[in-house]
Amino acid sequence: MISFIAQRIAKAIVVLLALVVMNFFLIRMAPGDPAVVMAGEAGAGDQLFIAQLREKFGLDQPLPVQLFLYVKGIVSLDLGFSFRQQMPVSKLILDRLPATLLLTGTAFAISLAFGILFGALAARFAGTWADTAITIAALIFYATPLFWVALMAILLFSVTMDWLPSFGYETVGAGYTGLAHVLDVAAHLILPATTIGLFFMATYARMTRASMLEVSRLDFVKTARAKGLSDAVIQRRHVLRNALLPVVTLAGLQAGTLVGGAVLTETVFAWPGIGRLMYEALLQRDYNLLLGVFVVCSAMVLAFNLITDLVYRSVDPRIEFAA
Amino acid sequence: MSKRKILMSFATMCMLSTAAVAEGPKAGGVVNAVIQPEPPSLMMGLVQNGPTQMVAGNIYEGLLRYSPKLDPLPGLAESWSVSEDGKIYTFKLVKGVTWHDGKPFTSADVLFSIEFLKQTHARARGNLAQLEKVEAPDESTVVFTLKQPFGPFIGIFEVGSLPMIPKHLYEGTDFKTNPANNTPVGTGPFMFREWQKGSFIRLVKNPNYHVKGKPNIDEIYWHVIPDAAARSVAYETGKVDVLPGGSVENFDVPRLSKLKNTCVTGAGWEFFSPHSWLWLNNRSGPTANKKFRQALMFAIDRNMAKDVVWNGLGKIATGPSGSAIKYYTSAVPKYDYDPAKAKALLKEAGYKGEKLRMLPLPYGETWQRWAEMVRQNLQDVGINVEMIATDVPGWNQKVSEWDYDIAFTYLYQYGDPALGVGRNYVSSQIAKGSPFNNVEGYSNPEIDKLFADGAVAFPDAAREEIYAKAQKILVEDVPVAWMLELQFPTITRCSVKNLITTGIGVNDGFRDAWIEK
Repeated sequence: MISFIAQRIAKAIVVLLALVVMNFFLIRMAPGDPAVVMAGEAGAGDQLFIAQLREKFGLDQPLPVQLFLYVKGIVSLDLGFSFRQQMPVSKLILDRLPATLLLTGTAFAISLAFGILFGALAARFAGTWADTAITIAALIFYATPLFWVALMAILLFSVTMDWLPSFGYETVGAGYTGLAHVLDVAAHLILPATTIGLFFMATYARMTRASMLEVSRLDFVKTARAKGLSDAVIQRRHVLRNALLPVVTLAGLQAGTLVGGAVLTETVFAWPGIGRLMYEALLQRDYNLLLGVFVVCSAMVLAFNLITDLVYRSVDPRIEFAA
Repeated sequence: MSKRKILMSFATMCMLSTAAVAEGPKAGGVVNAVIQPEPPSLMMGLVQNGPTQMVAGNIYEGLLRYSPKLDPLPGLAESWSVSEDGKIYTFKLVKGVTWHDGKPFTSADVLFSIEFLKQTHARARGNLAQLEKVEAPDESTVVFTLKQPFGPFIGIFEVGSLPMIPKHLYEGTDFKTNPANNTPVGTGPFMFREWQKGSFIRLVKNPNYHVKGKPNIDEIYWHVIPDAAARSVAYETGKVDVLPGGSVENFDVPRLSKLKNTCVTGAGWEFFSPHSWLWLNNRSGPTANKKFRQALMFAIDRNMAKDVVWNGLGKIATGPSGSAIKYYTSAVPKYDYDPAKAKALLKEAGYKGEKLRMLPLPYGETWQRWAEMVRQNLQDVGINVEMIATDVPGWNQKVSEWDYDIAFTYLYQYGDPALGVGRNYVSSQIAKGSPFNNVEGYSNPEIDKLFADGAVAFPDAAREEIYAKAQKILVEDVPVAWMLELQFPTITRCSVKNLITTGIGVNDGFRDAWIEK
């Protein structure tokens, strides 16, 4: 198992470096220049100023030199300096990470728990009105754009009913501490986390349902019935457990992207997370910041893929580690 | 040396103060305002973008402030005078002013700020190009000597253009990495207290502010809300009290204006005078032909754009200068909406239906709608237009590389044609790599000479004549298609009083503001 993990880590590092190089060139292929954007914001567009900015950020150097310096930084765990925010990229990402993890982690937990629950219910009662209702609801939430759900949620729960706050991470200036602070953050979390959660919940529910229906037709389930096991035991121990493999795969892939935050939801709800940081970096062509977020996200996806492989083993003992 | 003393505008100041007193300004209270996008830094000497100026304009100060008519008002200078030859400007500083950390503000800080800004502030560097020397004969006097008279010089001292920087914190340090950049120290009415990146910036009242009895407000929270619809909701649900100009989409303004306890004003943008136009590529294609460009002016229904897209806000632009800019004249050729005339001019220009690439300004829904309306106008007279979608950096690149036929834009004009108008029309400003210079490639030696003479002419009457002539020639030539003098309405609770009293509006407005309880 250890050699399996070591090999996977070695491969992951190679993949990560390849991604860094690819992202480096892709970002620079996009039209636009951070120096011109910043000069425009400063209301000063003279060529001297723009040239000074380019020189300051090292953008006047040949691309291979820029790439070499960037990769050299990455190897020594230095993600560089943000042109626009005038701060180290690692600090910017670390500052935003807690908010993002809270939001996406909550959304992930909600979606996984309820997605599997509703999927299992739909499969158990396949063909009944409950199945139809869950399937239709899942289809609607899966197909509706997140930003629209977010805006409608704000309209309903913030503007019309005035139940929940519409933006931010906490009530600014309220000075809450202890439990009051926790409750305040929780109130701010409900709308954005539910917005993201609904989409993923729909995905997990549909996948769990399909997978469970498929597994329930297999021979070993018939054997279990023939042995006289109760339906609840068959569903829980035999069908659900075997049906979870594709769900685990999907959840593993999505868990890796959680660190990248949720660009649209964080933007609409003014949630101070990494998704928004990435969105703003993209609009400003803040190369280092954008690349830094990509590096962290890629590393997380690779890490969660590895974890997913390990989880397979515990979900399905038939799977063995092959070095 | 005899001097023509220009006394500070006591009358104006008294009127402002009296108005406030009459309504009974109350001390105390917290204001929640929106700031978008989040400023990269609040150190005004290093960063000069709009959001930085809006927040930090209440932390830092300049030597002067400007009335809505752009007349100078006292700031850190209590009085000033100009020599008869227009080359020496003497400022007397307010005595007893301290920085937020308690150190005294003196003429040495002014001298240091000038040197600092020459290195870091592109606009200040341009504004100070005619400066020969600056001296401080005593702690409260500063004397600027110019190489030759520079008409707009008295207009370059507002906080965003020339903020005062604390010498004791920056002298001998690497400006860019100075720790003070994260906790800005100014002399202004509000002090920096807290910044949670991505969420809010908090300023608190400066108890030692040099204007007695001000500021009235205890705290300002600037909320960072990236989505325009969410900003509208934040106001609607009472979470914020001030939406500075441009915070919400224009189509939301009428709805928000009707909310209870809501006041709307277009004032406070006089210094910037955002002026919008279409860049027309004068180098090649149909737009290189003057008659085609004139046809385009007649083809566009600017009144309809003002009424429909901008909800009646703004004014029709009559030429290169906004009407709030010095030496503006309306005595120029007129281009009222006239499709028949446009068609006739197109025929004279020999236009054969060539396709023109048009770049809308990627600043949101209002600009997209406006571009669609203009395309419709142009198609109605037979001009073949293709819209090219870009984001902001893409737009910047295409425009600065001259890769367009027609492109929307708007720029600030900074009160004087020598500062914010000439740069878009003189041939010395034709250079690839910047989307803010003479992007259209218009070249006219007569215009070059007029703008060169206008900048250094003295006294004012001489400048007025020169700029009137320049405006007339430009409007005849139509190097670009002027659209509207934009108005970005500031939306506030009516209980927030006296917020906008100067030509830069919210940027230095909280000094005088108060909350009616």
